Amino acid sequence: MSAQTLDINLSLLVPEILISLLAMALLLLTAWRSDAGGQKLVRMISAIGIIVVAVITLGSFGTMTETTFDGLFINDAFSVYMKLLLFISTLFPLVMSWDYLVKNGIDKGEYQVLSLFALLGGMIMASSGDFMTLYLGLELMSLSIYVLAAFRRDDVRSNEAGLKYFILGSLASGLLLYGITLVYGNVGSTSFSEIHAHLASGAHLGESLSVGIILILSGFAFKIAAAPFHMWSPDVYQGAPTSVTAFMGAMPKIAAFAGIYRIFLDAFIPLFHEWGMVLKLLALLSLAVGAFAAIAQTNIKRMLAYSSIGHVGYALIGLAAGNQAGFEAVITYLSIYIFMNIGVFCFVLMLNQDGIGEEIEDYKGLSSQRPILAFVLALFMFSMAGIPPLAGFIGKLVIFKAAVEADLIGLAAVGILFSAVGAFYYLRIVKFMYFDTTESQFGMTVSPISKAVIAITSAVVIVFGIFPGALLEWVAISVKPFIS
Amino acid sequence: MTVNHYLVLSAILFTIGVFGIFLNRKNVIVILMSIELMLLSVNLNFVAFSHFLGNLTGQIFTFFVITVAAAEAAIGLAILVSFFRNRNTIDVEDIDTLKG
Repeated sequence: MSAQTLDINLSLLVPEILISLLAMALLLLTAWRSDAGGQKLVRMISAIGIIVVAVITLGSFGTMTETTFDGLFINDAFSVYMKLLLFISTLFPLVMSWDYLVKNGIDKGEYQVLSLFALLGGMIMASSGDFMTLYLGLELMSLSIYVLAAFRRDDVRSNEAGLKYFILGSLASGLLLYGITLVYGNVGSTSFSEIHAHLASGAHLGESLSVGIILILSGFAFKIAAAPFHMWSPDVYQGAPTSVTAFMGAMPKIAAFAGIYRIFLDAFIPLFHEWGMVLKLLALLSLAVGAFAAIAQTNIKRMLAYSSIGHVGYALIGLAAGNQAGFEAVITYLSIYIFMNIGVFCFVLMLNQDGIGEEIEDYKGLSSQRPILAFVLALFMFSMAGIPPLAGFIGKLVIFKAAVEADLIGLAAVGILFSAVGAFYYLRIVKFMYFDTTESQFGMTVSPISKAVIAITSAVVIVFGIFPGALLEWVAISVKPFIS
Repeated sequence: MTVNHYLVLSAILFTIGVFGIFLNRKNVIVILMSIELMLLSVNLNFVAFSHFLGNLTGQIFTFFVITVAAAEAAIGLAILVSFFRNRNTIDVEDIDTLKG
């Protein structure tokens, strides 16, 4: 055996180190200055910190693939791109919920700290090269979000949301871990590259390996709320504080998809014929649940929960296609989805914090009093429904294109059908805003930060809808490392 | 003793854990115990594989799982305590405010 050298290159971990230092420093600061001024300071520093780390991370976006800690940690174009999506989907929900947190009396520094730790977990997942790193990242993210969901300690619904999320999330972690043990037992390693080499070598594979892969997939289906593992999601979306729902709708899904890419494309791709079938089933069920269950909802947060189940279904079609176009389409879809999601939740937060309500009926007559707000919200709804020339259409287009290329014409046809069904409940909100009248007053003041968030997200939805070229190019660069 | 003995034992423990979550209609503490049981069966699997493969990775993984399980139990109990303060009950049937 040759002399062992430690393979440690901390320069690859700079974003993770900075985020963890930031979170720990803020934890001290919030304990030291627990007055309103101190909490404001914590909010400002967390937002600026995320922007700074995002800029540092952006600097390393390229085609280089580097690993450290003996392959436990990977830094490549994909991890950088996913981390940027994670920064966006953490930063925007954080800053747009400042007013909501103050008005609801939950403007505690711990809120920002937990969000940062969840972000750190997601970043570790996106860079993981081994089941060990992936599992630790996943748990860091999940445990932080369980606490965030239960953050309103005096509110029964928030407690209940946290409890439900915790129980079902732990069950999912258990399934995932059991699957990992079976893979480890068959292959003798938890490293993705070694598992890939073993599977590609054509060695004899035990039956339990397939069971393990399916268990891992089920665990992740829980985390991304794909049907039939979606039961927790409407309850948790509804019960959690709205600011947390806005965070939960985007960030953990991006991180879980990054983990799925790491596991299934880095390690399990030689067995695509086994897990591809399961993905098709998950995609089909998610589309159906997302389309039909959302119609009956009266609460906008529940409706958006079912809508996100549907969106996950579309993303899974791209993964089930199993070709390069499909893998790129999923990331394109998610990139667009987070902006639509953030934009819509910014409206829900704005209306919710002034007690106008969470019911869809509460949006009646918005256009007559606040025409600009109603117009922008309608824009997001059209984009979610996938109507051109908005970005939501581009996302669906690339997904269906990849599915047709992979001869999944049936699945693509069903997807298009369900997107027509889905259009019903998105457009119902537009109908309420424009064609119904109300007695209530929409007197809310729109803070400059909310204005900025809405302006940025709606600009992205329009610009990427008309000129998708740049987005498709970035995604093509980032997904390259998976294809050998 | 072959590796299969350990695997069967851990599969039984895991199944008890999963059924404990779904069939238990009484008490949330039992659910927390079931979650621990699932994680312990995973550890048993890791250690058994590690021993029979002659590979240390599984035992290292076990340490991480134990650590995370401790954090998970702490967070689960903390959420449960704040639920109990508001509702004065920890019955599974009473977790029913949210539905639709």
